[in-house]
Formats: sequence, C-alpha cells, structure tokens
Amino acid sequence: MTEAEAPQRSPGTSPGRARRLAFHKRQRRRSLTIGAISTIVVFGTLALVVLNSPGWPAVQESFFSWEHFKASFPDILSGFRRNVRIFLIAEVLILIVALVVAVIRSSRSPVLTPLRLAATAYVDLIRGIPTIILLFLLGFGVPALGLQGVPNSQEFWAITTLVISYSAYVAEVYRAGIESVHESQTAAARSLGLSSAQSMRWVVLPQAVRRVIPPLLNDFVALQKDSALLALLGVQEAFRRAQIYVFGTFNFTAYLAAALLFLILTVPLARYTDYLIRRQRERVGGSPL
Amino acid sequence: MKRYVVLIAALGLVLSACATESGGEAGASCEKEDLTLVQEGTLTIGTDEPSFPPWFDFEGGPSTGTGFESAVAYAVAGELGFTEDEVAWVVVPFTNSFAPGEKDFDFDINQISITDERDQAVDFSDGYYDVNQALLGFTDSDIAGATTIDELKAYRLGAQVGTTSLDFITDAIQPDTEPLVYDTNADAKAAFDAGQLDGLVLDLPTAFFVSAVEIEGSTVIAQFPAAGEPEQFGMLFEEGNPLRDCVNEALANIDVDALQQEWLSEVVDAPVIETG
Repeated sequence: MTEAEAPQRSPGTSPGRARRLAFHKRQRRRSLTIGAISTIVVFGTLALVVLNSPGWPAVQESFFSWEHFKASFPDILSGFRRNVRIFLIAEVLILIVALVVAVIRSSRSPVLTPLRLAATAYVDLIRGIPTIILLFLLGFGVPALGLQGVPNSQEFWAITTLVISYSAYVAEVYRAGIESVHESQTAAARSLGLSSAQSMRWVVLPQAVRRVIPPLLNDFVALQKDSALLALLGVQEAFRRAQIYVFGTFNFTAYLAAALLFLILTVPLARYTDYLIRRQRERVGGSPL
Repeated sequence: MKRYVVLIAALGLVLSACATESGGEAGASCEKEDLTLVQEGTLTIGTDEPSFPPWFDFEGGPSTGTGFESAVAYAVAGELGFTEDEVAWVVVPFTNSFAPGEKDFDFDINQISITDERDQAVDFSDGYYDVNQALLGFTDSDIAGATTIDELKAYRLGAQVGTTSLDFITDAIQPDTEPLVYDTNADAKAAFDAGQLDGLVLDLPTAFFVSAVEIEGSTVIAQFPAAGEPEQFGMLFEEGNPLRDCVNEALANIDVDALQQEWLSEVVDAPVIETG
C-alpha cells in the first residue's frame, strides 16, 4: 500500500471519500481476480491429479457409472420419500418439545424445581448418548418387552429416537436464545404488569426465537441426514435402497445417487441459513462484510 | 542387467509351464513359489468379523480350522502347498471385498453367492457349496403352518442387506408388505426376536444354527431349493487375479463333500418348498 492509496483520515470531505471508494473498488477487483485464479489453480490441479491417477478408470467405473445411476435412481427416490416424511414429522415435534424443555430450564419459579432438575438431567444424559445407540435401544429393545399397546412400527421408533435425541440439542439452542435477551426486557415487561409467564411468552420468546433461527436450521440439516438411521431398523429408505443396489451389483454409483438427493435438500437450506445470518448481522448494526 | 533378469524370468516361466501337468491351461504355474500373492510366502485369506457357525468358529475366529468355510480354506491352502502357519487371515467387511483398489487378501471366503452381475466387478472361484435359502419363524406362530410360497406373501419378512436371501424374498416370494432389510444378520435376528418380523430368511445352514442355538422357540419352517441353476457360494478374487485358476484346480482336488458332511451334515431335514 503506497502513501497515496492510504485511506484518508477525514471522512467528511468529498474528494477524500471519492478516493477512498475508488481504492476499495480496486481492492475488490484485485481480490476477485486473485480468488478466481487461485480457485482454478487449486481445483484444476486436483482434477488433473485425480483424472491421471492410475486407479481412475476403475474408480470412475465403480463410482461414476451413468448406467448404474440411471438404473438405481427410481428406487432410491421412492425410498427418499420416507426420509422426507420422517424428518418433517420429527422436526415439528422437536421444535415443540425442545421449546418446552428450554422454557422449563430457563424458568425461575421455585415450584418448578423438580421439573427443572428433570429437564437438566434429560439434556445432559441424551446429549451424551450417540443417536445410533439410542435407536437400537428403543427400536429393538422396547418392542422386545412385548408390552401391550406399545407400537411396534419402525417409523414410530425412528421418529421417537430422533425427537428425543435432537430435542436435547435444540433445547440448548433455544435456551441460548432466551439468555441472549437482555434482562431489562423482562424487567420492563414486569413493570408493565405482565406476569413472569406472560413476559416470557410475549416479550422474551419472540426475540429469542428470531435470534436462533440460523442455528435451528443448522440442526434441521443435520436431522435430514440422520433420517438415514431409519435404515437400521429395517426400513428401506434412500440409503438402504442404494446399499441394496450396491451389494447386488458391486458398483458404488448408487450411493452417489442417494447423496445427491440429500444434497438437493440440504444445500439450498444451508445457503438460506447463511443469508439469514448475514441479514441478521446487518440488522443488528454490525458492519457488512 | 535388466535384460538378463527378463531372460531368466522368461526361462523360469517356460520351465515351470513344462513342469505342470496342465501345460495347456493359461500357461501360469500353480507351484507355490510361482503364485502371485499379496504377501510373499503366505496365503492371505479374508473374511468378515464376527464370523458365525457353522461357517467359522465364533469365539476362536477363522484361524481355528473349525467350521465349513475355515475347513475349505485350509484344505485349499494345503492343496496349494501352504502349511497352516503360512495362512494368514485378514478381516474383510463385505463392502471392502469388492471396493475398487488394491486388495489386502488373496481371496475372500464369506458365504458370498456367485451372481453374473457381481462377476463383472470381481472374479469368483468355482462354487464350493450349493446353498438353499431357508425361512426361520417361531414354532407357535401362524407362519409356521405355511406350506407354499403363496401362503408366505401375507407375512412381514426380513433379511440382511446384500444377501441373496433378500433377493429371494423380493423376487420369489414377492410379499404384500415390503421386506425389512438389516445391516447385519445380528440386527435382523434382534428384530425377529423383538417380534418386528414374522419370518427371517437366511441361508439354510445359518438358519439351522440360529434355530438350534441362538433364538429359543424358533424353527426352520422351510428350505427353498433354487429354481433352475443352483445358487453357489464362491471365493472372491480381485478381477483378473491369476490365483483363481490355481484355487479352482485345488478345489477340484479336495473332497468338498466330505467337509460338508463333517460340518453341515445336520442341515438336510427341513421341509422343502419348491420355488420353480
């Protein structure tokens, strides 16, 4: 950076401002060019290395075969509907259960102490258990008890497992949102005559939930992928359908087809989350990037 | 210098070709020292872990020589000239057996059925066992009374993913409800035991073992001989591995039937349901 290009110290004067804008424009163009070149060099080199590797023809045939892609796709797609159903139902339940847990954990009332203890124990315990183990315990263990009236459906137990597991995480996300609302908000609400429950409902939660929408979406993306756990209980969802094809033909392309279906849903959601975060930062008044 | 090496190698090849009786075949020798192996001087055999009876010994693993597939593997190794100490076992999960890339086993023996589609990605030895599919159910359940394929359509059936047992449900039985599919036989057995399945399809020897030892109250309801060509288990080789021909030669020379008598003899008396 030369002396002439250095940003002016007097932001009010208009020749200084024009120079500063021109400088930023140059800088932006320069970083765009460098970014483009380095992207091409890095990915180009990677592509060259992969395409010229001795194993590439074999890998191409077993992972990127158009024939196998076409043959396996319809079955995988119809299995994917089950994933979608599972994670949509689970997500709605998770958002409700987690909110209840978070509100209980954030409550101050002494009467609710036992509930608060239970909620804390739930979050601590469940977050420490791998979902896959929970799934086996609930999905194979509970039906084996042979209790009257306990459902035996695989989808029921898969949804139950996901709700129990994810609610513990999502409750913590909600709670972080609730705690991020400044105490003065509650104080103001109480001074207006709202009860503690009312101020939680009408003042704290609306602000808290809006703030945590991006991390909630993040957990939703994770949930979509974990819907593949359903396969472990025997249901032929997208991943299992792909696996059946792979084991039958010894060709891995079907896995790629399944991955593509998940990507089609998760990538736009991830982009949308990023957009929300950016907008939020702009609104709160941080400097735009 | 290099030229001499090539010359000597070529000479060796000619000499060894003359030494074997089947000189006309492929030209490669099946003398122990001429075999192309993953690890020189050792026959490296793959199978999955855990491995179950009656194919292997569950506790001791494949190196005990206990179980039909372990016995066949050691018999083949012996025929090729390897002592028991010169046989090494490696754990090869099913997926790894056909994944592209260098293999860390000379061959894999893991109740793998030979099919044309699979044969395009790997090579198989000749079949060493003609396998029948079998249906496992609880003795006191409705399904135990079934005597035809059609009667089985109404039940909830399950099998392990990637098995011909699953293909059998889908293609031959064609049940009204979609079959349930599990990662492993252990998961499938757990689901069956938990009452989530009416019937579990397995290969016949495994079904007998499960009913006799593992799940109380279960029985082999029926066995199903394959319609047309018998279904066979084969050893799996990397595509183009010349060792395959030598293993086939060895398989032809050992008495597989006797080994079958020794390890799988009790599995013949289940009711037969014809599928053809």
